[in-house]
Amino acid sequence: MLGAWEYLVKHPEKLAGWALEHLWIILVAITIAIILGVIVGIYITGRGKEHMADTVLYLAEIMMTVPSLALFGLLMLLLTSVGLKAIGFLPAVIALIIYGQLPILRNTYMAIRGVDPAMIEAGKGMGMTERQLLVKVKLPLAVPVIMAGLRNAIVIIIGIAAIAALIGAGGLGAPIFRGLRNARMDLIILGGVSVSILALLVDAFMNQVERWVTPEGLKRR
Amino acid sequence: MMIKLDLVTKVYPDGTEAVKEVSFEVEAGELCVLLGPSGCGKTTTMKMINRLIPITGGKIYINGGDSTKMNENELRRNIGYAIQDIGLFPHMTVGQNIGTVPSLKGWPKAERNKRAEELLELVGMNSGEFIDKYPSELSGGQCQRVGVARALGADPPILLMDEPFGAIDPITRVRLQDEFLKIQQDIKKTIIFVTHDIYEAIKMGDKVALMKEGQLVQYDTPANLLYRPKNEFVEDFVGADRALKGLQLIRVKEVMTSSLPTVKADEKAEAARERMEQEGIDWLVVVNDDGKFLGWVGKAELGKGELVKEVMNSSAITVTVNTVLNEALSLMLSSGANNLPVVSKDNRLQGVLSFDIIRKALTEVSQRRQSE
Ligand SMILES: Nc1ncnc2c1ncn2[C@@H]1O[C@H](COP(=O)(O)OP(=O)(O)O)[C@@H](O)[C@H]1O
Ligand SMILES: [Mg+2]
Repeated sequence: MLGAWEYLVKHPEKLAGWALEHLWIILVAITIAIILGVIVGIYITGRGKEHMADTVLYLAEIMMTVPSLALFGLLMLLLTSVGLKAIGFLPAVIALIIYGQLPILRNTYMAIRGVDPAMIEAGKGMGMTERQLLVKVKLPLAVPVIMAGLRNAIVIIIGIAAIAALIGAGGLGAPIFRGLRNARMDLIILGGVSVSILALLVDAFMNQVERWVTPEGLKRR
Repeated sequence: MMIKLDLVTKVYPDGTEAVKEVSFEVEAGELCVLLGPSGCGKTTTMKMINRLIPITGGKIYINGGDSTKMNENELRRNIGYAIQDIGLFPHMTVGQNIGTVPSLKGWPKAERNKRAEELLELVGMNSGEFIDKYPSELSGGQCQRVGVARALGADPPILLMDEPFGAIDPITRVRLQDEFLKIQQDIKKTIIFVTHDIYEAIKMGDKVALMKEGQLVQYDTPANLLYRPKNEFVEDFVGADRALKGLQLIRVKEVMTSSLPTVKADEKAEAARERMEQEGIDWLVVVNDDGKFLGWVGKAELGKGELVKEVMNSSAITVTVNTVLNEALSLMLSSGANNLPVVSKDNRLQGVLSFDIIRKALTEVSQRRQSE
């Protein structure tokens, strides 16, 4: 513990560098994961798409069960075969997007499917088109559940992002793995504690975001 | 003819024949009640009118036009819709809820707000207080009111209401019914009103369509349903206490005594005694200088003080000219009062309703039944 503190005091710029790398990777991954997950989640709630929804959710679930090291390996193979850079930032971000999909997809899907039928009937009965129904009724009502999925995804992504250091993506995983290789306890602790603190900070931030995006009338209950 | 159903039939995909060749017509400005036991097809019939449920046989004409040929969203925006579960949007304020259809129709915001304020006042709610509240902050009765206001949002000529006062306590329900009838006198909408409550049907309907197992059994005025039942089913559904139900058809204003001796609260008790002797009665209604109802004073109490206001009994139990006799009677029975003051909205005294008057009316409606 003391060692980790001394290292931090001596090389604050190193820790800042790893933290920034880590943040950058998860920021890019989360942004893309949200957009992708919410859009696909909404799409598969459409009429007559029940079968597709089952398939998509099943696939997302399977992806979650693939160990992260195996997934990184697979991605490296895949990227090499299409001539892209197989180590570093790109495979890391892709893997994180994949891991974030299940909670976002599933919650978006369930939230929209779970909207009270009386709400939908009221909207339809007043002459809303399918799109108006989605934008004015279903989505706002689904926000709390979608947000829960999002926070879930973020926690997963922050954790797995540490492992991405193995494929050269840097971030807070870098000191951990270096510490493991060289039996440097101080580096391991520094990296591990930093990941935890980062997760807490991001969660606090998401708390605030949740407050911003939840419709006023749904908060007071 | 605002709404016309012509041999309308609904067979659900699972084979349930929910509505069988139902035909009836509703004139503009009329309130038509769809009545019948649970599962008889009332809701299905109503939802075929705004095409929430696709029709499988026959035709529905709105204002002369075949409803299936109209754009369904346009159709629905011109038919107000209020349902039992209310369906207020919890993420929208009261004002936004009421402005739903106006917003779909592209009204500018200022106009929507003005309309929402108007409608809140119309349904008896203070617009300043409620327009920015959320549904979760309202009571059940207030939600129902907002539900009605929302249905009236873009001033549609037609209203569909599915048990709109179903989920509230009996006292609030009676009040909402009365208020709604009063509103309807002004707005004169063409209304389809679903209920399984015979009392509500008789009270609210210009016409009642009584349904059984998907078929229309009798389409008639409430009086005819009571006194000229078409067959045994109608007779059974109407029930044995027909005379009491007949009281639903009579409103206080039709039978009340409007010229009655009163005394002001700050007059002398002696003056009250003189007036009683003049009129040959032993009680007087007490009003204030503006003619607002305050209470009663009886002969026996006059000696107990100098001024009327010192000896009077204050009371808050009142009826209005639009109360139906049935409800006035139950108010009398529950309060033990033999006379009920009839007051206007601002509590101004308009007349009095006595137990004797109700008894006379009851005798008349029972005789009406026997002479049929
Ligand atoms: N979506 C549906 N699919 C199959 N049967 C239905 C459906 N909706 C209603 N029904 C049936 O149609 C009949 C009439 O229902 P409904 O119109 O809701 O009756 P009511 O409003 O008079 O209680 C009932 O037997 C009901 O079970
Ligand atoms: Mg029903």
